[in-house]
Amino acid sequence: MKRRKPLVPTSRRGFLAGTGLAAMCLTFGSKYAFSEEEKALTFYNWDTYIGPDTLSDFEEATGISVKMDLFGDNDELFAKLRNAKNGYDVIVPSSDFVERMVAADMLMPLDHDKIPNMANIQKRFLEVDFDPGRKYSLPYMWGTIGIGYNKEEVEGTPDSWEILLASDKYADRIALLGDAQHVLQIALKYLGYSLHSTDPKQIKEAEDLIIAQKKNIKVFADDNGQDLLASGEVALVQEWNGDILQVMAEDENLGYSLAKEGGLLWEDCLAIPKNAPHPDNAHKFINFLNEPEVNAAIAEAIQFGTPNEAALKLLPDSYTKNPVIFPSEEALKNYESAKYLGEEATKLYDEAWTRIKAA
Amino acid sequence: MESWKRSPLVFAILALPATFWLVVFFLLPLGFVWILSFGEKTSLVDVEITWTLANYWRALDTIYLEIIWKSVWISALATLLCLAVAYPIAFLISFLSPRMKLLMLMAIIMPFWINMLIRTYALIAVLRRNGYVNFIAEWLWNKANLVLSAVGLGEYHLLGEKFEPLPLIYNNFSLMVGLVYVFLPFMVLPLYATIERLDKSYLEASLDLGASQFRTFVSVTLPLTMPGVVSGVILVFIPCLGSFLIPDLLGGTNAQMIGNVITRQFKQANDWPFGSALSFLLMYVTFGALALRAFFAARGARRTEE
Repeated sequence: MKRRKPLVPTSRRGFLAGTGLAAMCLTFGSKYAFSEEEKALTFYNWDTYIGPDTLSDFEEATGISVKMDLFGDNDELFAKLRNAKNGYDVIVPSSDFVERMVAADMLMPLDHDKIPNMANIQKRFLEVDFDPGRKYSLPYMWGTIGIGYNKEEVEGTPDSWEILLASDKYADRIALLGDAQHVLQIALKYLGYSLHSTDPKQIKEAEDLIIAQKKNIKVFADDNGQDLLASGEVALVQEWNGDILQVMAEDENLGYSLAKEGGLLWEDCLAIPKNAPHPDNAHKFINFLNEPEVNAAIAEAIQFGTPNEAALKLLPDSYTKNPVIFPSEEALKNYESAKYLGEEATKLYDEAWTRIKAA
Repeated sequence: MESWKRSPLVFAILALPATFWLVVFFLLPLGFVWILSFGEKTSLVDVEITWTLANYWRALDTIYLEIIWKSVWISALATLLCLAVAYPIAFLISFLSPRMKLLMLMAIIMPFWINMLIRTYALIAVLRRNGYVNFIAEWLWNKANLVLSAVGLGEYHLLGEKFEPLPLIYNNFSLMVGLVYVFLPFMVLPLYATIERLDKSYLEASLDLGASQFRTFVSVTLPLTMPGVVSGVILVFIPCLGSFLIPDLLGGTNAQMIGNVITRQFKQANDWPFGSALSFLLMYVTFGALALRAFFAARGARRTEE
């Protein structure tokens, strides 16, 4: 679940080390003065997932200084939030983790009156299953998981998970993602089941499919599938669209396509942890991020899909017409949003994954 | 050994930092993990300590035992390779001039100054399909083909139609290279320490008395450097057994060591009690290995006495 990459690729773990250092420096730099609500805010975000000037612009506009910490994946964010006194004001969990955090009572309900810019967000992003009525979260960016491929080596445009999961045509030239859920999800989709299956029989079937294909898979890539593709290590990868888009910018021989069976439609959200020290500032910040100009600048910088209608109107065609960011409705037909499936299912998926790797 | 009893206060003060460190950063966290391993998840984030053994029962499932067994094997092999590589190095260093000794030791220790993660990523750049080893292999392949053409064998494509990169990464080979590479200094340093202390006149005596080089090594050098071998083996084997980063980054589709499974329990699987139980199971295996060593050492000592 790592798809934000700086243009110079660093690893998840690599940047964690850097983050720690940065966090240390920032801690020394912050002098808190106590008042009603001090002019400070701590933003816990993915790496390279904000515009270059967004934070300083916010400080200029409101006088609130933002300290940004970075996390590498949702699991890390979740583990951090287990500590109620985590000190974060705004976080960026993916949709299934919003649901999970609500279930764990980790999030503060949003006061929609304080976020008038909510009106800029496309309606379909306001009616979602994982957070009914958008009580706890607002959408930040969205995208897909699809197939990244090398146009020189792969014939045509891959449009099915079959090429990754049930064919030996590209034996040893395939990389899948490195975690249970995302790999089993596409196998479930390929088998015609729901992305959110919790049926042990279906999960077992998906497991068997992957085990049978293992001999043709080069590696389960934790966080570097796009680098493997770019360096020619493999010809086909299962990857997040944003990751592939970044290597596509440097190599025109690379492509990205969606599978007709469908897959994961991911969405990262803005939310406020339950014990956030500066909830007022947090609301102001979320509102600020949904200003059309601000949001457009972020979207253009990070090249992910924004759900902000007003921002979209300000953005150039090169962005709004990019099929990797905004696939057609037709291509997205079978794609599903992530859902939290419960702890029992988490265990089922993990055990299946242990068996897959051990097989 | 009597002296400390005469001034217990001084001793206590001197021992305080180490004790504090041991208790706060080792025993306490370990205790938490131990207690956690008897817990049950009651919700997403809450664990109730019910002193259940369910986590241990689950950890004793064949699949986890197999993974532990596999981890033991991988670690044992890596340790053996480390030993085979490190022993000659340590021996060589101990015979060098003091100046060269320093340089060689620096060369061994220097990689330590670089973060292990970065070193492992560097290995990826060396081993991958478009990596340095394959660049050299391709260059050699081209040169060899030139030679073959020069002697008139060009059209037979003796070396294949085109250069096929060597599959050096994302398999057990690269996993082993990574483990040996990262843990080698832990083997070289204790070996060097004992070999350095070894009285070289014993070797001369053995050779003078007519023993062959091989016999001298087996009967004199090796037994005398055994303490170094043993500490090196322990220092390499134990961290190997718990490693998860290297199999993650360099291993292939089945490079799953028990460390990876445990890490997952604390992250994706969100099952801290089970992860704790697995950690303790691994620790018991480690203790078992150490006890086994102590047992054999004791038996060996008895035998020499007899």
